Amino acid sequence: MKLLRAGDVSVLLAGCGLVIALTWWAWGGDRGDSAVIRAAGQVVKTAALTHAQTFSVDGPLGTTRIEIEPGRARVAADPSPRQLCVKQGWLTQSGQAALCLPNQVSLEIRGRTSAYDTLGY
Amino acid sequence: MTRSVIELPVSTDDRRIARLAALAIGLTLAEAAIPSPVPGVKPGLANIVILLVLLQVGWRAAAWVSALRVLAGGILLGSLFAPGFWLSSAGALASLLVLGVARHLPSRYFGPVSLSVLAAFGHIGGQLALAGWWLLPGAALLKLSPLFAAAALIFGAVNGVIVARLLAGPAPSGGQSMSCIPPSTP
Repeated sequence: MKLLRAGDVSVLLAGCGLVIALTWWAWGGDRGDSAVIRAAGQVVKTAALTHAQTFSVDGPLGTTRIEIEPGRARVAADPSPRQLCVKQGWLTQSGQAALCLPNQVSLEIRGRTSAYDTLGY
Repeated sequence: MTRSVIELPVSTDDRRIARLAALAIGLTLAEAAIPSPVPGVKPGLANIVILLVLLQVGWRAAAWVSALRVLAGGILLGSLFAPGFWLSSAGALASLLVLGVARHLPSRYFGPVSLSVLAAFGHIGGQLALAGWWLLPGAALLKLSPLFAAAALIFGAVNGVIVARLLAGPAPSGGQSMSCIPPSTP
């Protein structure tokens, strides 16, 4: 009986793959730690991405609902016709932003280091 | 007045499970003395016993030994029903479930090392799932997950090799309880 059989090697390799994938997922990139919500260009709320919460922001078209969960944020609902910012889904990385232009609401993720000095929309 | 006598018949299986559980508890206690840079990263020496029981006796016995180890370990370390105890329980439970599935893998290709690594990942997975859901909901735990996974891989592999060596070694003489080894396929 050999100590290491063919399947064992594949399990070990799969384990290495899992560890590498987890490392890349958890440590790769700059995961954001706060969300900045703007309405009509003005910052209305800055929230840390630590616990689940939702905000409702009013714009010209109606109410945009922004959902925050540990480590990520998204635009959950928006009255805009094409739903582009809603379809962007969850944002996790620093510098990512979802813009709901018709309703003039934006959601931006900030991290420890910002990728850009400023962004003009 | 009638004297009531409660008799608990003790079978050979009970004695064997108790003996093996004592071994696992001993390893748990010894391990608690080893300092660890990150709480939760442990060699998991008791898993060696669990794996040996699984391979030589069966899954039910392994589950008994594992449950007794977690319970008695909690009592002896003073962490009974504390968060650490529940984390330990979740890890042991997940690891047993993984082993319950993994033991049906063809043993021609998948030896103790596979089982040990899979069980270690199950262990850490169960602990992280409970901790993430109950103790530390948030992103902080995600940052540590690669560390836990790497520890599971390394310690799982080392424990697996130890189990494989113990199984390959000469059978213990003197009518020890571990004598019901099915003849291993060549």
